[in-house]
Amino acid sequence: MTITEIPAAATDETAWDGFTEGPWTATIDVRDFIQRNYTPYLGDAAFLAGPTAKTLRTWDTLEREYLSVERERRVYDVDTHTPADIDAFPAGYISADDDVVVGIQTDTPLKRAMMPNGGWRMVETALHEAGKEVDPEVKRIFTQYRKTHNEAVFDMYTPRIRAARSSHIITGLPDAYGRGRIIGDYRRVALYGVDALIAAKNADKDSVADQPFSEHWARYREEHSEQVKALKKLKRLGESYGFDLGRPARTFQEAVQWTYFGYLASVKSQDGAAMSIGRLSAFFDVYAERDLAAGTLTEELAQEIIDALVLKLRIVRFLRTIDYDQIFSGDPYWATWSDAGFGEDGRPLVTKTSFRLLQTLRNLGPAPEPNITIFWDENLPAGYKEFCAAISIETSAIQYESDQQIRCHWGDDAAIACCVSPMTIGKQMQFFGARVNAAKSLLYAINGGRDEVSGKLIVRGHEGVKGSEALDFDEVWAKYDEMLSWVTATYVEALNIIHYSHDKYAYEAVEMALHDDEIVRTMGCGIAGLSIVADSLAAIKYAKVYPVRDETGLVVDYITEGDFPVYGNDDDRADELAALVVRTVMDKIRHLPMYRDAVPTQSVLTITSNVVYGKATGAFPSGHKAGTPFAPGANPENGMDTHGMVASMLSVGKLDYDDALDGISLTNTITPSGLGRTKDEQVANLVGILDAGMSEGLYHANINVLSRETLQDAIDHPEKYPNLTVRVSGYAVNFVKLSKEQQLDVLSRTFHESA
Amino acid sequence: MSSSHDGAPVVDLSTPLVGGSTHRTAGQGTQGLLNADFDRPERLAQVRTGQLGSLHSWELVTAVDGPGTRLTVFLAGCPLRCLYCHNPDTLEMRRGTDITAEELLKKVSRYRGVFRATGGGLTLSGGEPLMQPAFIGRILRGAKEMGVHTTIDTSGFLGAAATDAMLDDLDLVLLDVKSGIPDTYTRVTGRELQPTLDFGRRLSDHGVAMWIRYVLVPDLTDAWDNVEVVADYVATLATVARVEVLPFHQMGRDKWDALGMRYELADTRPPTPELVERVRGQFRARGVEVH
Repeated sequence: MTITEIPAAATDETAWDGFTEGPWTATIDVRDFIQRNYTPYLGDAAFLAGPTAKTLRTWDTLEREYLSVERERRVYDVDTHTPADIDAFPAGYISADDDVVVGIQTDTPLKRAMMPNGGWRMVETALHEAGKEVDPEVKRIFTQYRKTHNEAVFDMYTPRIRAARSSHIITGLPDAYGRGRIIGDYRRVALYGVDALIAAKNADKDSVADQPFSEHWARYREEHSEQVKALKKLKRLGESYGFDLGRPARTFQEAVQWTYFGYLASVKSQDGAAMSIGRLSAFFDVYAERDLAAGTLTEELAQEIIDALVLKLRIVRFLRTIDYDQIFSGDPYWATWSDAGFGEDGRPLVTKTSFRLLQTLRNLGPAPEPNITIFWDENLPAGYKEFCAAISIETSAIQYESDQQIRCHWGDDAAIACCVSPMTIGKQMQFFGARVNAAKSLLYAINGGRDEVSGKLIVRGHEGVKGSEALDFDEVWAKYDEMLSWVTATYVEALNIIHYSHDKYAYEAVEMALHDDEIVRTMGCGIAGLSIVADSLAAIKYAKVYPVRDETGLVVDYITEGDFPVYGNDDDRADELAALVVRTVMDKIRHLPMYRDAVPTQSVLTITSNVVYGKATGAFPSGHKAGTPFAPGANPENGMDTHGMVASMLSVGKLDYDDALDGISLTNTITPSGLGRTKDEQVANLVGILDAGMSEGLYHANINVLSRETLQDAIDHPEKYPNLTVRVSGYAVNFVKLSKEQQLDVLSRTFHESA
Repeated sequence: MSSSHDGAPVVDLSTPLVGGSTHRTAGQGTQGLLNADFDRPERLAQVRTGQLGSLHSWELVTAVDGPGTRLTVFLAGCPLRCLYCHNPDTLEMRRGTDITAEELLKKVSRYRGVFRATGGGLTLSGGEPLMQPAFIGRILRGAKEMGVHTTIDTSGFLGAAATDAMLDDLDLVLLDVKSGIPDTYTRVTGRELQPTLDFGRRLSDHGVAMWIRYVLVPDLTDAWDNVEVVADYVATLATVARVEVLPFHQMGRDKWDALGMRYELADTRPPTPELVERVRGQFRARGVEVH
């Protein structure tokens, strides 16, 4: 609609001294600023500094006084009287040492705040589970006076959506919690200062003032007003800590602090499932290089500042229910920090600050957050690739995504929201769609819409498979295709309702204030259970599968005779069935109406919902047992990828990214000795494996370097492993924070003894 | 997969669970390769000319069967009967699956990108690859024509079956020297030591790089003198790039039971870390790289 221009009066020229000018000085364009000013770093990790005494003291205080207490009681504390907002709480600190990068969500570290706009019931349940009393006044406000997102959604839900939800064919929808997966361009706060951002938003808002009324026009103006109000609160947040965020940042430390305040404002006002922070390293590095050249910064201080920021990103907390924890276990918030990759001009976006970010895992020890995500390419500088691999081997805390796939589709200033969802920063957001149970849909197809667990008829008008003959592939496929039409239509209908309502009742004002005025929206649909469907279809096609019925005729189990190819072994016969399912689902989604003209996309990602999905699902022709966990994301079935880790990567790489633009997740575990005899050999081999996988079409690789014995010992002696980090499905968790059930699920996955 | 059955010794985590043809448990079948189906006379003709091989399984593995990520093909059939064999299911050729050379080379070709990215290649293991010399000769030639790094993992007992042309097509040989004292060698394998020594000498003279492997089994191959003889021999070979001392483990035990074969080492424990270090030290004293 308009170009987001910066009114000249609002900028502070001195903050930009020494920077190369370009379009970014006249309009909001952080990418242009980075490209004109950053310095790629092609060397190795030798320049890095260890933690300062202050860093270690702060981390120690945090661990001793807060984190260890939280591990004991699950929730450290909750403020039950103050609904959260950007400026709802006074300043808070970890300790007197906490003065490098400041700001926490409430007035005390780890103390959680209520965010009732998503729905009151969630808040009330979470408070009870945390052993807290509800403040009746707050309850009255959010049940009598203020309508919530959750209430609005249920006002609109249709009978078929309710049926699909209660039978668990569609679950985990963001209809009672914040949707997340929106990345504000927090760098704008530092580069331009909040005053300039407010002026630009006001200019955008009034640029349409003369147009005639339409609902789109009204929403545009109202949302801009909300954004401006949020930016004003952001300024007040800065003031409460003694900073003037109105002006641009002048130093590296300020650039980090300003950017963090932008992010902090988001996590103070929204409890979205994934609150990712974007792609910051090259941006910060421009300031670091300027200060280092001027002699006002040393490597030790630069590292101390990044360590301080990362420490803050490790202590974001939201008030969640135990139920929620079943879907997203381990209290994650996906402060995903994307890094590396290439610019469109062919220069690597690897800077010294990319190294400093990884160094935090040594200086502070491993931790699941921020969710460090490396955009990998074979041609990244060798020193950086080796450092990534070394840190992966030491911590299992890094995930990798294909830079080429992301850059070719979303440009070179994209970042991951959550686990695998790419978006161009400040120009794109996602309507998060959780996922449908594609595996259960196959059982519905065979049973003509009856639920295989409850026996209830959920989907009318579908005829199941008759008789006791071996299943016929063509017949089953035709029925599955029809069932997927029903499932996807019901699913997208729910998503449209949810996002319509979320925009209206739980609008992410500060995150959207850090976006352009006109943006791309994607509808991030997803599927769970892909490997089970692929293997089951392969069994039906290549072996003999006989249905086993109960007394009501419901197919409750299968007898499979003969061999069949299995997904995950680089066997086209099975892998192509997996790719076919992904393509078929996507084709159906593409033809459905989308709220706010969203671009339909799909992910093959389960997060940790693979356990709950499995629990609600029956037995399969593949031999997958009723009630047992699905494999995570696009992973082959646990223990069925028997031809090595690279073979399983190649199978997953055959899924077409164009059919799953929201990402395809693969989580792998290698034992340390499976990578080589010496650390150098292990590093070289991990680099080679990532190069091989990504060059063969793999989109995402979550790499754990762990042994089963370590995990078993951690289950038996959790006190010995407070920081054991495990990548589960697009994110990492503290292993000891998982439920027993989820721990056993991780333990049952394939461990590649030799990669 | 790690062993989890009751009573299985827990393998020390610092000890790589890797090894030669008789040490590392072989893969899981030939999924993804088209089975050949010939009538009997035709099949024999194909075997004789090396157009058909008997395979146990394939795997894409890293860091175990040579450098980088490798397509390791386990061939069926072995002339040795090692007491500690971890893949007794590869001992007999008749248990294998018929796969044509053309089909296997297609697979090698498919993984050229993987080999390039990881510095890997093709490893023919087993069983004993030299049981099928015509077949592996054809495969190694085909791989070299594609520029793929080639390795065989062998006991050397059938080294005489390797032609000089085959040696030209080999970038690396993983040579398992199972003992240094002839009587011990025979006790371990049921065969004579000399052919292995001859083959190693020939590889060295021919300029073919070698990794020597020594499986360390308490009370069987661990005697000081038995190791000394191997170490002395290795020191005389010009092309040995490294020696790998592989601690015995019990991961193959279930397979012996499943095949109804008598397993003599059921009560043998893995070597202690001190013993492994002692043996590595014996090799290290000859100035070679030892793992």
